[in-house]
Amino acid sequence: MVRSDSTDRLLETLGTDLTPVRRLAPPAQRVLMWLAIVGAVALALTMVSDVGAMIHRLTAAPDMWLAVIGSTLTAVLAVAAAFQLSLPDRKAAWAILPLPALLLWIGASGMGCLRAWPVAEAYPMPTDQPEHCLIFILGLSLPLSLVLIVMLRRGFSFRPNLTAIIGGLACASAGATLLNFVHPYDAAATDLAVHAFAVAIVILANTIFGGRILIGKMR
Amino acid sequence: MNLADGRLARVSIGATLMTDVSLFYESDVTIRLLYCFGGRVRALWPMLAAPVTSGTMTVDAETSRQTEETDRRRAAWMAAAQAGDRAAYETLLRDCIPFIKRVARGQGVRSDFIDDVVQETLLTVHRARQTYDPNRSFTAWLRIIAQRRAIDGLRRGGRTSTREIYAPLAYENHSDSGGDSEQAAFQIEHTEALDLAIEKLSGRQREAVQHLALQGESLAQAAAATGRSTGSLRVNWHRALKTLRARLDGKD
Repeated sequence: MVRSDSTDRLLETLGTDLTPVRRLAPPAQRVLMWLAIVGAVALALTMVSDVGAMIHRLTAAPDMWLAVIGSTLTAVLAVAAAFQLSLPDRKAAWAILPLPALLLWIGASGMGCLRAWPVAEAYPMPTDQPEHCLIFILGLSLPLSLVLIVMLRRGFSFRPNLTAIIGGLACASAGATLLNFVHPYDAAATDLAVHAFAVAIVILANTIFGGRILIGKMR
Repeated sequence: MNLADGRLARVSIGATLMTDVSLFYESDVTIRLLYCFGGRVRALWPMLAAPVTSGTMTVDAETSRQTEETDRRRAAWMAAAQAGDRAAYETLLRDCIPFIKRVARGQGVRSDFIDDVVQETLLTVHRARQTYDPNRSFTAWLRIIAQRRAIDGLRRGGRTSTREIYAPLAYENHSDSGGDSEQAAFQIEHTEALDLAIEKLSGRQREAVQHLALQGESLAQAAAATGRSTGSLRVNWHRALKTLRARLDGKD
């Protein structure tokens, strides 16, 4: 077989450059590792929050618990999709895995704003403190994003931007889920808008910075 | 035909029934389909009553086993490469080249871009080698990488073909836009005059010019190379510049 000199040179270079590599753990194991970190943060938050009141508040109305299930499932499914997308032989269709949970989360949150009756043990959202939610979601999601990007970077994705977007969704939804520990407020349109804004910032930051980091890995 | 890879398979029965499945990619599904198809044809064999011609190959369990064997061998080489075994790695990469070429051709990559796709795929295999799980098919892993790189190759080829045409005569006849020919001739003449002027310098001055200007060395490097002091070099360098300026100005 005729092979070009440059291919032969490349083979030699790759052979010379070969170093032992640590094989990547299966995606499921990596997902569990990241979720364990989120779980540790949740555990820490139980120490400083009134868990009983939170459970009572969340179970008082269907939209409240549906929204929590939606955001939790979005985090789990999005991080699973992100780890699959970080491998070169996986399909882009993995990106739609978290979409049903995301729709549930958005739908339930929207329904909460339309609900006419207030939830017991939940206060109306104070209008002068919307930045608290924003700071909390950003403060938790961005460090989680950093951890996730470092973990995703060990893979090799042909779709770095999509991987970063889905990873960002995982971190933002995890942050929004954890917010429930310190968020004794009833659903409100302003509150929802702030949460949506925070989630958008997290996803945007992941796309810009995370995407670039993952693209850099490809080259 | 390389049945070991199972990439291309032709099932031909007699002179009348010819089924070309060369467009199928190698996959377990394809092999299974072909096997089923082959089995059905065999069941109809007495009705067709056409003898198998010499060299005809039916896709059967033997082919499937060979494909699996090839895949297992490649997976073992890749696992060894992940541990740092260079010989296994080079054997694997060489073994993959024909397969990558077939995938690239299957994607419609032009022959002059095939080598690019091969090299890009090999580079990607190298960079992504930690992501390969030896419990999964290596061939399937490699095929997806090769397909992705082939698509990149097609895009690049498409871009090139819309922006460039093959016109060797136009390339040869293209005049340099950087300056006119008169200016270029003057430049050559000017360079020759400068060379001549440097030749006429005294030995020490010429040495200073050669080291500091033509070879681009620092004062310390030139001093080390010539065994002269930096002060002496500096003095001779300035004198040489003065002499050259006077001679070239005089000439102009």
